[in-house]
Amino acid sequence: MSTFPETPKDGFRLSQLIYDTRYRSLTIQVVAMILLVLFFSWLVSNTIQNLSDLGKDFYFGFLSQPAGYDINQRLIEYSSESSHGRAALVGILNTILVAFLGCVLATILGIFAGVLRLSKNWLVSRLIAVYVEGFRNVPLLLWIIAIFAIMSEAMPQPRAFREGGGASMLLGDSVAVTNRGVYIPKPVWGDNSTILVGVFILSVIGIFIFRSYARKRQEATGDILPVFWISAALFFIPSVLAYYILGRPVTLDYPELGGFNFKGGLHLRNSLIALWLALSLYTGAFIAEIVRAGILSVSKGQTEAAYALGLRPGRTMNLVILPQALRVIIPPLISQFLNLTKNSSLAIAVGYMDVRATLGGITVNQTGRELEGILLLGLFYLVLSLVISGGMNIYNNSVKLKER
Amino acid sequence: MSDTHAQTVAYVRETMLEQKEPPITETGAIKWLRENLFSGAVNIILTVVSIFVIVWGLGHILPWFLNSIWDAGSLTECREIRNELYGSDASSACFAVISARWHQLLFGFYPQELYWRPVLAFVLLLSALAPVLFNSLPRKLLTWSMLAPFVMYFLLWGGTIWGPLMVLAGFVLGSVAFRFGGQVNAIIAVLAAILVPVLFWLFLAGPIAGALSNLMPIGITNVESKDMGGFMLATIIGVSGITLSLPLGIILALGRQSDMFLINKMSVAFIETIRGVPLIVWLFTASLLLNYFLPRGTNFDLMLRVIIMVTLFASAYIAEVVRGGLAALPKGQYEAADALGLDYWKSMRLIVLPQALKISIPGIVNTFIGLFKDTTLVVFIGLLDPIGLSNTIRATTEWNGIYWELFVFIGLMFFIFCFSMGRYSLFLEKKLQRGHR
Repeated sequence: MSTFPETPKDGFRLSQLIYDTRYRSLTIQVVAMILLVLFFSWLVSNTIQNLSDLGKDFYFGFLSQPAGYDINQRLIEYSSESSHGRAALVGILNTILVAFLGCVLATILGIFAGVLRLSKNWLVSRLIAVYVEGFRNVPLLLWIIAIFAIMSEAMPQPRAFREGGGASMLLGDSVAVTNRGVYIPKPVWGDNSTILVGVFILSVIGIFIFRSYARKRQEATGDILPVFWISAALFFIPSVLAYYILGRPVTLDYPELGGFNFKGGLHLRNSLIALWLALSLYTGAFIAEIVRAGILSVSKGQTEAAYALGLRPGRTMNLVILPQALRVIIPPLISQFLNLTKNSSLAIAVGYMDVRATLGGITVNQTGRELEGILLLGLFYLVLSLVISGGMNIYNNSVKLKER
Repeated sequence: MSDTHAQTVAYVRETMLEQKEPPITETGAIKWLRENLFSGAVNIILTVVSIFVIVWGLGHILPWFLNSIWDAGSLTECREIRNELYGSDASSACFAVISARWHQLLFGFYPQELYWRPVLAFVLLLSALAPVLFNSLPRKLLTWSMLAPFVMYFLLWGGTIWGPLMVLAGFVLGSVAFRFGGQVNAIIAVLAAILVPVLFWLFLAGPIAGALSNLMPIGITNVESKDMGGFMLATIIGVSGITLSLPLGIILALGRQSDMFLINKMSVAFIETIRGVPLIVWLFTASLLLNYFLPRGTNFDLMLRVIIMVTLFASAYIAEVVRGGLAALPKGQYEAADALGLDYWKSMRLIVLPQALKISIPGIVNTFIGLFKDTTLVVFIGLLDPIGLSNTIRATTEWNGIYWELFVFIGLMFFIFCFSMGRYSLFLEKKLQRGHR
């Protein structure tokens, strides 16, 4: 017979707050909460005190005042009479523009480099290793400044494109690379171009619908439709037909040399080009490593099993390797995209007018509202990141291995 | 039987053939070439393209590098020397800018006669890092690693010796308090270890240091933070950020894994806020907004602010990496630690963290490399890091128009630092590899 000790009858003692694991976590949290509240109230009271000492207030009205400065690259209508808010919007669009272009090019570069680094060709894999290590181990800022310096100091001046000047335009006289930037043909949207765009969007939607139909059909019956060719046909044929039926609503405006500079066409400034190339090359090197790790993570047995089932190499890649590799590749890929977007704030080095340069730069300097300006700037980046990473989490949950 | 065979077959060899060399295409360099470079149509195209790229690249770089000029006073002088030696259309690097300005690129505007101090500090840094990095060295050297930061601080900034000594004394007092408190109670020990040094630094350290420096004015020439620059600045910010962000990042990761609702949410909010905003914006916050948040009249060193910001920034990233390591650990390890009756901190310190950190080494080192590269961003808030100095040099009349040589030098220095960090991480991974997977 063993005797059981009496269970303690006395009620709650104060020392239980520290020694009893049931209550200790509560104590810690309450203390942490109090400290946090104290800290923030200290910050806020300091800020209020400092603002009143400086004779400033905390007010976002400056966003509707006229900005009074010009922005050399804008995707929407903007003039120096527009408001600071509008200037911030122009900056936001510029940030998104360079981030989008960068993500596209970086993905293409990264996939190529990642696959080629695994190539059995010794020379190619070494060359790609040099590219990857070179870009991963040198600061992005240096690459941005270096590419900008090459663009603006080593490229020919516009007047060199005149007869006998030594420089010539590329791609059948349509693209000119000068030290003031790159001039490319600009599409001119004619009367019926909205219908054309509508047709194009509809055909893209059609491709998605067709693909899901083909997949369902394959799962139900086992028949495989030629998805790639039908998608390609859907992509091109309706748009090309509409283009000619509507009487060529979209034409190209080619850049032409007039006087000392190029006229017409689309002018891509050196700042945009340098930022875009440097961001893409830098992030591409990181994506290459992600792609390589993703491919290596699928064990060789999977390929061999697929061959044993009689699948052809193309199908093996599409149906067996890629779905497993993508599960490893996509999450870090998205975080690289996020990094690229945040790194686009290095635009400051080349004077590209992104949101940091407009809202967090000139606007802050002109209105003297650094508190509000930087707060809004941080908030913009924060919201962008949270939205993208939220989307990533949803995707991750959908492709996660369903384990028990 | 054999007779019939001999009659039906026209010829039967009766002796063994001598052993032959393998076919020439199956051995040595030719086999390697065939397998690695010319194994198929695609491969041949790739080889040709890469040979073209290499020849084109080397054709541009080699003459430029081999014709380089190391001794000249300005770019125009460089051009004159080049015209004399190689002709005016030859490509030639003008590394004279490095030989003329290397001290600025390395030390910024640190007084020239005091260069021995940062150099000595760098050597001390290496000696203090060695026992941390390679555990084949005697463990007693770690004491030196803990003392070295104070010596290095004293060497770099100079001033009176009593300042760093007082900071050190605070740490010593803290550990003494922890030891004595531990005899009474664990919680009192922790509280004492935090409170005693903080109170000491707040109230006692200043007067004591002042009194002592009046009594015994031991010290060396004071150097201001604004005189420091170049790779010295990058190394100071980078090394301090790396050292401080690792413990902070681990604590944040533990906070994010915590069951306590408030602690968890606070860590998540901190990590996501820091990670969601680019470093540049944080640096601007440090340089422009900190004056709003702190009591009026507080004004502390810009370099210190940058170090704090960079540390907080890197710690959020490290927290995410370590969280990955913690999540990758099988749940059985946590349960085993609990089953042994270890409390939270003991189980973390002895069972969980050693394994989790081992898994997250590559990610942690990548974060460190990123931090070191990001030190270049301080140029935008007016500190003279290597890139800022390269802009300054390019703006002078002597070296206006030079860019490649400076970029190559700076890039190469960063490459050496970052690449060796990456190699060390591979070495560590290999060393800690335990075979079972």
